[in-house]
Amino acid sequence: MYGKGLRPLSIATVAMLAVSLSLVFFYAPLDADQGFVQKIFYLHVPLAIIALVGFVIGGIFAIAHLRSNNSKWDAYSYVSIHISVIFGVAVLITGGIWAKASWGHWWVWDEPTLVSFLIVFLMYATYYPFRYAIEDRERQARYASVFAITAGAFVPLNFMAVRMAESLVHPRTFATANGGLPGEMMFVFLCSLAAFALLWTTLVKFELTAKSASGQVKRLRRALDAPAPGSSSRIAPEVS
Amino acid sequence: MVDLFAALLPLGAPALPLDEAGKYVAGAYIVFVLLLVIYVGIMAAKVQRIERDLRELAGFAEQRKQDEDREEVSA
Repeated sequence: MYGKGLRPLSIATVAMLAVSLSLVFFYAPLDADQGFVQKIFYLHVPLAIIALVGFVIGGIFAIAHLRSNNSKWDAYSYVSIHISVIFGVAVLITGGIWAKASWGHWWVWDEPTLVSFLIVFLMYATYYPFRYAIEDRERQARYASVFAITAGAFVPLNFMAVRMAESLVHPRTFATANGGLPGEMMFVFLCSLAAFALLWTTLVKFELTAKSASGQVKRLRRALDAPAPGSSSRIAPEVS
Repeated sequence: MVDLFAALLPLGAPALPLDEAGKYVAGAYIVFVLLLVIYVGIMAAKVQRIERDLRELAGFAEQRKQDEDREEVSA
């Protein structure tokens, strides 16, 4: 059920990533200020946006879980947060590389944008031990949903707080007061954003499909009264 | 480690203008691809485990069916 449409989605994702990478390196003009190093922008910023949106989506799925008590939504929430955390790791590493190239430092502690993203990332990094600490699956799912909703609500609040704060070195790319991105750069950026959104969706669908298959195998094992395998996951929710 | 990475970069991305800025750009994109490859590798291992479990269950079900048939014949 979860695997339906995964193949065309994967093909569309690979095609879109190839198109956006080609546009980044062969179409987007060089930035007058930063030069070639600004190409990291088309990777780092879409990844950050998709990661943050993914955290919020995880919270929305968690609301659906608490309203319906359907474990399917818990699995959606878990997988959304999981993929967003992976994207978050990429954001932190690519951001560090860009910072080193532009500012000469891997990390700037008094920059609100960087520190706020790190706080959000670390908050979501606690999601796994929090979930793992609860044995009972139903309670685990319920508490994880409450966590996902609270943390998901914190993400836009945090974003707004950062926008209001005075930035020291991190640019406000989409601020319209002094003009945003030039048209060509904006076009390439939107293509990259679409490509990474597709990638996030594909990975979520891929992981849900794997979890669903694993859940079906467990059900089959129970139905056949077959001996259990050596290891079983207590963290990840089962999908039937 | 960083020096080794910088030395290996031209092998991974020979078409990039690997001046001072280019190695950072290549580094950022290669890190992202590496993360993606690691994730896909882990998922591939999980899918393999599911396939192995399924094969084992299919064998278990066939064995049980054969045992039941044998019991019916003997009865």
